Amino acid sequence: MPLSVPAVQIRHLVKSYKRGGQVVPVLEDITFDIATGDFVALMGPSGSGKSTLLNLIAGIDRPDSGELIVGGTDIMTLGEAELADWRSRNVGFIFQFYNLMPVLTAFENVELPLLLTGLSSRARREHVDMALSMVGLADRMEHFPSELSGGQQQRVAIARAIITDPAILVADEPTGDLDRASAEDILSLMDRMNTELGKTIIMVTHDPHAAQRARLMKHLEKGVLAD
Amino acid sequence: MHLLKLILRNTLRHKLRTLLTVLGLLVAILSFGLLQTVVEAWYSGSKAAAPDRLITRNSVSLVVPLPVHYRDKIRGVDGVRSVAAANWFAGVYQEPKNFFPQFAIDAVPYLAMYPEYRIPEDQLRDFMRDRKGAVVGRKLANTYGFKVGDVVPLKGTIFSGSWEFVVRAIYDGAASTTDTSQFFFHWEYLNESVRTRAPQRANQVGVFVVQVSDVARAAEISKSIDAQFGNSAAETLTETEQAFQIGFVKQTEAIVIAIRIVSFVVIFIILAVMANTMAMTARERMSEYATLKALGFGPGFLGGLIFGESLAIAVTGAMLGVILTFPVADWFARQMGTLFPVFEVSMHTVWSQAVCAAVVGVAAALLPAWRAAQVRIVDGLRAVG
Repeated sequence: MPLSVPAVQIRHLVKSYKRGGQVVPVLEDITFDIATGDFVALMGPSGSGKSTLLNLIAGIDRPDSGELIVGGTDIMTLGEAELADWRSRNVGFIFQFYNLMPVLTAFENVELPLLLTGLSSRARREHVDMALSMVGLADRMEHFPSELSGGQQQRVAIARAIITDPAILVADEPTGDLDRASAEDILSLMDRMNTELGKTIIMVTHDPHAAQRARLMKHLEKGVLAD
Repeated sequence: MHLLKLILRNTLRHKLRTLLTVLGLLVAILSFGLLQTVVEAWYSGSKAAAPDRLITRNSVSLVVPLPVHYRDKIRGVDGVRSVAAANWFAGVYQEPKNFFPQFAIDAVPYLAMYPEYRIPEDQLRDFMRDRKGAVVGRKLANTYGFKVGDVVPLKGTIFSGSWEFVVRAIYDGAASTTDTSQFFFHWEYLNESVRTRAPQRANQVGVFVVQVSDVARAAEISKSIDAQFGNSAAETLTETEQAFQIGFVKQTEAIVIAIRIVSFVVIFIILAVMANTMAMTARERMSEYATLKALGFGPGFLGGLIFGESLAIAVTGAMLGVILTFPVADWFARQMGTLFPVFEVSMHTVWSQAVCAAVVGVAAALLPAWRAAQVRIVDGLRAVG
């Protein structure tokens, strides 16, 4: 069950982009909290700003104004290097197209974030073995992404996302590139990460079926929270 | 370690592209090395010049001779140790394309002034005894198959008629940079023959080679020599052997400059090719760089990946190019015969090749690395590889 301390606090968040000299508003005055340990689905039509909101929460984009406190840190005050360091320790990323390094094996892909931690090679191996076992790919660790199915690649990506034990997992259309069966597997896995490991998960999805796995749904319409 | 592994695997990711780029670098570095070696070969005469040797020639032009009796006057100048007459002969061996330098010399003082020409004692003795004798360099002997005892016929151009010389000695160079493509014979033999064939041209000398006892006084001695013949019918110009050789090169300086420019143009072209390859590579991997950034890797890591890959390609191409430069230069020198007396790939050329490759490797990666460092993660993630 979600704890009462918010993992994410969003207050009056505004974000716009400049396109061809014109300012295009993307998010307007967004305010809500995400409780620690929650599983939130951000839904809405294309261009509604859900991915932008996810990127802001994950610290890979900057808002124009407002307040954004994630895991107790006001990430708007962090410089680029500090933000990168904060991301490596606090956020796990799950992308629609997995975003694995094609020249690295499953093991090496999962190991990547640990290279920033200063852990010994042996400790890293133990962590990676455990993470790959959790996602059911212990026997595929020496395989390259091109030798794995889409579902397996996404599981490697999930192992990579949890390897540094971040409090928050952000997932942008994690099942968007998968068939129904694989999508179910991935959603079940994410559900386990939420219930068994207590990860706060924020997932952007178009798929109502996927969204039903979340405990909370937030709808965005033209950059504004609809509910 | 992980960075190196990533660099290596990225480098081998598009094998054909990498292979073609390495091949391009190989050809560019090889061409650069060969062209630089040609330039150095051009200057080899001036590099081989000794500081204690001066050349005295007619101040009007090199083609205007000096009277032989100047020799005694020069010998009398304070600081002069030795003087030897030398004439450019310009004979044709069988065909005009068979060019090699021929000099009529005052054998005893001349050869004493050039200790870098190593002649076996018995052969030197035989040469001194034979007025029609000749000394040939090892490279020249090898090129035309001359052996001791062979008769070498030359067709005169400056000194008309047919001339025959007997190879009495073959000299080797003290160093690999010593010119062993020359042909020497006795000035006395030339003068005696000219006396009967064209008496008005007898007792004339092309240049005097002067050895000084003190290198530090070379400039002063040069002036003293020229002062001896001031206001005479044949005024002299004395300069160091090196200045004399450079004067020769300067006559063809435009060619040397053109070769130098071409050698750097080749490097510039491969830089453009390499920069294009790296730009293409970085563009294709922009979403990977964005992912790495999202995971917390900084611009330094991304720069390391791009610079590392660029340098790996450049270094591989350069190494192969440098290694191949030696056999190709050997082959080229053989094809050129005695046109280039010394054609050797120097360490300076090898270092220049290495520096050019490093510059290409670094410069080609600059823009892609900067772009990768600057790209916003959200934009990079949208990029299609």
